[in-house]
Amino acid sequence: MSALKETRPMRLKALCLALASLMLATASVATPAAAQIEIDVNKGEVQPLPIAIPAFGGTRGADIAQVITGNLERSGLFAPIGQQAYIEKGLNVAVQPRFPDWKAINAQALVNGQVTVEGGRLRVDFRLWDIYSEQQLLGLQFTSTPENWRRVAHKISDAVYERLTGEKGYFDTRIVFVSETGGRINRTKTLAIMDQDGANPSYLTDGSYIVMSPRFSATSQEITYMTLRPEGSAIYLFNLETARRESIGQFPGMVYAPRFSPDGGRVAFSVERGGNSDIYVMNLKSRASARLTSDPGIDTSASFSPDGTKIAFNSDRGGSPQLYIMNSDGSGVRRISYGSGRYTTPVWSPVGDFIAFTKQTGGEFHIGVMRPDGSDERLLTTSYLDESPTWAPNGRVLMFSRETSGGPPRLWTVDVTGRILRPAPYPGSGSDPAWSPLLN
Amino acid sequence: MSGTGKCRYRLVNGAVGAGETQLKEKRDMSFSTKHALRLALVTTAALSMAACASKPKPGPGVGPGPGPGYPSQPGSGPGMGAVVPGSIQDFVVNIGDRVYFDFDQYDIRSDAGPVLDAQSQWLMRYPSVQVRIEGNADERGTREYNLALGARRANSVREYLVSRGVSPARISTVSFGKERPIDPGTSEDAYQRNRNGHTAITGGAR
Repeated sequence: MSALKETRPMRLKALCLALASLMLATASVATPAAAQIEIDVNKGEVQPLPIAIPAFGGTRGADIAQVITGNLERSGLFAPIGQQAYIEKGLNVAVQPRFPDWKAINAQALVNGQVTVEGGRLRVDFRLWDIYSEQQLLGLQFTSTPENWRRVAHKISDAVYERLTGEKGYFDTRIVFVSETGGRINRTKTLAIMDQDGANPSYLTDGSYIVMSPRFSATSQEITYMTLRPEGSAIYLFNLETARRESIGQFPGMVYAPRFSPDGGRVAFSVERGGNSDIYVMNLKSRASARLTSDPGIDTSASFSPDGTKIAFNSDRGGSPQLYIMNSDGSGVRRISYGSGRYTTPVWSPVGDFIAFTKQTGGEFHIGVMRPDGSDERLLTTSYLDESPTWAPNGRVLMFSRETSGGPPRLWTVDVTGRILRPAPYPGSGSDPAWSPLLN
Repeated sequence: MSGTGKCRYRLVNGAVGAGETQLKEKRDMSFSTKHALRLALVTTAALSMAACASKPKPGPGVGPGPGPGYPSQPGSGPGMGAVVPGSIQDFVVNIGDRVYFDFDQYDIRSDAGPVLDAQSQWLMRYPSVQVRIEGNADERGTREYNLALGARRANSVREYLVSRGVSPARISTVSFGKERPIDPGTSEDAYQRNRNGHTAITGGAR
């Protein structure tokens, strides 16, 4: 198909993570002293941790420090200190920093590093320091090709985030989404992909037809999405590394809302026939599909639990759209949403503790989360139109799309506590974001 | 985009005919410029129609349908001289190609019945015409649910036309969900216009 020509697949260069110099880290990590600057991401109120990230030495050193700074700042858990405040200059990764100089500017943590390019390879050594206990918390080295410096910066961000919060990072990831341009009447919708920090955006379709609901596989650089043309809809699988694109096949009626199973071996989706939508699942190897629901209500927006045994979905079988859970063979259906309002698009957290959803109540839309049994419902956002939540791979942050009345959709992020709400670092108009798993 | 007397005038400019004619061309070959033009033209026409249709006493095509054997009346309205009986323009101008739905509903409203009766009579009269029913939803719902809702609406229209004798083989359906609004507004009026079933002629018209 012609759209293939438009494709600019992102080639992922293998990144080598060398745990070269753990140095003191292993020993000091276990000491109680190091624990004093850890961040509890579950706490109701978190004071962002003041952290200093001076420009790394060497080629791209300043750029790398800037990417790390941006990542940590956007998480809402860190308060990077401006470079102009720094007293100690010209740090050396082989030497301890002058802790009093960093205490004096109230830094609690310090990240410094050195970039060297040798034989066409980029090597980045970095250290994470606890200023008050005067200990090294991390000492790592990454090597890659020079053009991959941003990914190295994301890897370092992840390492720092994980060390200080105890949660996995989510910075070395990408977002596939629908780029929207043009007026509200006839918007052009193009499948797009970018790094989670908005860098390296590129398009995967040519905008000549509508694309919707892209989703990442949790196990490979593969996405699934839906196309909508006047002649009908189709669901595609697209490998981002090989640019291979294929339809999952022809169905009578519309097909939409595709989602991978956690192992990447199946796709759940909705098939509409005679006005009724039901959920099917296809085994991608055998291409055999099975029907999971047969209710006359709308059944759509299937989302697998991380262990693959259950599927959350949206149905109006009870009279209004609500959230339901069933076993992945279609048995054991039960409703989990009981609040007032209309609930749609359940999205199971990749760590399993919550199901995110969109809720419509009183003329407003919310992104919310609830436990898989329906308890602990919590609304994280409110606006004219918030929808399409997607989880960062660590299950701590959600991206979603927000429209103000009459405005174009924009991508936003909110953390699972609802405290840290901000526009995603993408200047354009976008909808239907889907967060990738951590890259390898 | 409130309804005004301009609707009729704009509709007979040939915009609809030109736009819809291009629909019949090989879609694979039509790229952005043409595509954009076509959609722009159709949109203009659709908007005008919608503006008319949403009025309590709507404009042409939405009122009680003409009886059996109804003749399309070329030249019966201001500037109507160009309407060819059996053409897309005839269908859009004299019959009405859109019916409207209540919020989150898909049953055929009483005001839609006469329009669909007229559509089925026209389709019986021009048996080579093929149509696609496009179900649309307003933006006050999430994307996938609205696709499902639009499909229900398209199917309701299809079933109605079939019940009035139109062969199901002549009718295809698709849902655009909330992806193809005809009114960019954010008022209840705009939402109402965007909750519709659109009967698009895909082939066989004069």
